[in-house]
Amino acid sequence: MTVTVAWYMVFAAVLFSMGAAGVLLRRNALVMFMSIELMLNSVNLTFIAAGSELGLIEGQVAALFVMVVAAAEVTVGLAILVAVFRRRSSANVDELSELRG
Amino acid sequence: MIDFLWLLIALPLLGAAILILFGKRIGEPASGWLASALVLVPFVIAVVLTASFINGTEEPQTIFLFSWIPMVGANASLLWDPLSSVMTLIVTGVGSLIHIYSVGYMHGDERYPRFFGYMNLFIASMLTLVLADNFGLMFVGWELVGLSSYLLISFWFTKPSAAAAGKKAFIVNRIGDWGFLVGLMLIFAAFGTLDFGVVFGEAEGVLSVGMATAITLLLFVGATGKSAQIPLYIWLPDAMEGPTPVSALIHAATMVTAGVYMIARSAALFELAPVTLAIVATVGALTALLAATIAIGQRDIKRVLAYSTISQLGYMIMAVGLTAFTAGIFHLMTHAFFKALLFLGAGSVIHALANEQDMWKMGGLRKFMRITFVTMVIGWLAIGGLFPLSGFWSKDEILGSAFAKGGFFFILWFIGIVTALLTAFYMTRLIILTFFGEARWDEGVHPHESPPTMTVPLIILAALSAVAGLFNTPVRLGLEHFLEPSFEAVEQVHPPDGVTLWLLALASLVVVIIGIGIAYARYGRGELPTEEGGYWAAALDGYGVDAFYGAVIVAPGRAIATWLAKWFDPKVIDGAVNGLGYATRSFGSTMRVLQTGWVRSYAAAVVAGALGIVLWMLWQGGVF
Repeated sequence: MTVTVAWYMVFAAVLFSMGAAGVLLRRNALVMFMSIELMLNSVNLTFIAAGSELGLIEGQVAALFVMVVAAAEVTVGLAILVAVFRRRSSANVDELSELRG
Repeated sequence: MIDFLWLLIALPLLGAAILILFGKRIGEPASGWLASALVLVPFVIAVVLTASFINGTEEPQTIFLFSWIPMVGANASLLWDPLSSVMTLIVTGVGSLIHIYSVGYMHGDERYPRFFGYMNLFIASMLTLVLADNFGLMFVGWELVGLSSYLLISFWFTKPSAAAAGKKAFIVNRIGDWGFLVGLMLIFAAFGTLDFGVVFGEAEGVLSVGMATAITLLLFVGATGKSAQIPLYIWLPDAMEGPTPVSALIHAATMVTAGVYMIARSAALFELAPVTLAIVATVGALTALLAATIAIGQRDIKRVLAYSTISQLGYMIMAVGLTAFTAGIFHLMTHAFFKALLFLGAGSVIHALANEQDMWKMGGLRKFMRITFVTMVIGWLAIGGLFPLSGFWSKDEILGSAFAKGGFFFILWFIGIVTALLTAFYMTRLIILTFFGEARWDEGVHPHESPPTMTVPLIILAALSAVAGLFNTPVRLGLEHFLEPSFEAVEQVHPPDGVTLWLLALASLVVVIIGIGIAYARYGRGELPTEEGGYWAAALDGYGVDAFYGAVIVAPGRAIATWLAKWFDPKVIDGAVNGLGYATRSFGSTMRVLQTGWVRSYAAAVVAGALGIVLWMLWQGGVF
């Protein structure tokens, strides 16, 4: 049984769904960040797999871009998280609903 | 030398800028002298440039300044030909004399430098009008003279009547400007350009008679506004609220002749529309007659001269309507001299009597104001048309042209003769009431001769009024030859030759002497007649034309404006704006429920959206 590109795609889809479910269902901001990381990395996986299958370098380039953006996003996100935690001693996102219209 | 032509406009414009911005620091009388110099220098330049026409070394030419509106091919370029040179000489020559006169007349006015700034602005605007080489630039000048006229009429704006007079002049002129502007649009539609050279050169091939009539009638509407003809003449008598030098410069000598100049300049267009020409000539003659009958009944010395100006402008308009363009320009020139003289003389009298303008409170001034008296007498005889003063030659050329054209125009000749009689009558009345008889002025008024800054311009203008007629006489057609290059493409009407001409001249001389005689019999022998009631009240009121326009045009206009302000604006305009605001707010309050503030609900919306897109793509790809 050979490992084809379809396996990678299915694996990535499963990872992505787990991440999405985490973002939707968990209330802890830190866990939500980790779920987002999971989604981003599942997408990275599809980029790499597709790039390798089609013989294109762009897949790897896109993956590198995603990593850079993810790093930046986490930096900002964690900073916000720390600031919020200092004020409220809680990381529950459902309590942060001041912007309700 | 011709390269310096732009200085004619630039110098007075510079003066206006300096005096309006820094006038207070320059002060009195330096600002007056500066302004006078900045008109005098252009006059000298114009004289030098005109001399080269006379000795034949220079041809009419266009001087390109800069590209103005490239999209429609309009350039700021000036036209220097005999016609524009005559106008330039009148504007700068009479203009500089009146500037010098104002140095004395405006003495002590708290806005003295500002006055001269406006005067310089007027000179620059008027020169733009007469030097323009296309209708576009001419229109710019046309509007700017309207602006300076407004500023100067309401110069003493703390007086409500002066402020109202300025507004009236501006608004009535706007009606004429509307016609002028629409005429220009038609010209542009027909020719694709506003350049004089192209328009006049190709007019005969391009324009149908109907189109030519439409264009020229609209241009003539503009002329009736600026040159105070029926039905738009009503602003000019009120314009006398301005300082007297303004009346002399703008409302007698120069600006009001813009319409005459414009028609003469557009001679090639008007020639294609005989109907328009007949209307122009008729309106001119009727205006001349109507204004003369009103002038008889006026008591205010400046209003007599104002109606007299309207009447004389009627002569000029009649002349250009007869296609006697040279005669029209000739009368424009002589009128500029003697009417400026009469106004300045009247100003000198008003000055001497501490701002008294009612002729019934003058009288006997000849002993107190020798120079003013003598110069005014020359002006009186010149406008009356007594041989050999200037008015005689120019007026008779117009009347002779009407006579020579014959047919219907014979009636116009007759109207002109009657007007000449009335002119002699009311001018004699003015002179007798002002300078002869007993002193009727109020107690405590001590008349005195004006300072030299005022009398010297009077003397120069009197000399010009006396001899200017000799520029163009039946025996020596100086002006006619000089203007020939400007009118070579059009056919002009000329007075008849030989005995007829002399008989006509004799007839008008007799008429003038009769007019003077009647006036002398009525006012010159002791007891003055009481001029009250009946005709006199009607004439004093200008036949109630103001009230008529007030009822027919102003009142409905006001009613519409009130309705717009009280109903249309709050209900429709404000309603639309408020309705838009209300709609936005209610849409916002409907949509705000989507903004829950819960991050996870937003995330759910994003996921739902992404899922929706994926499903759509699968459907498009034919998966189901």
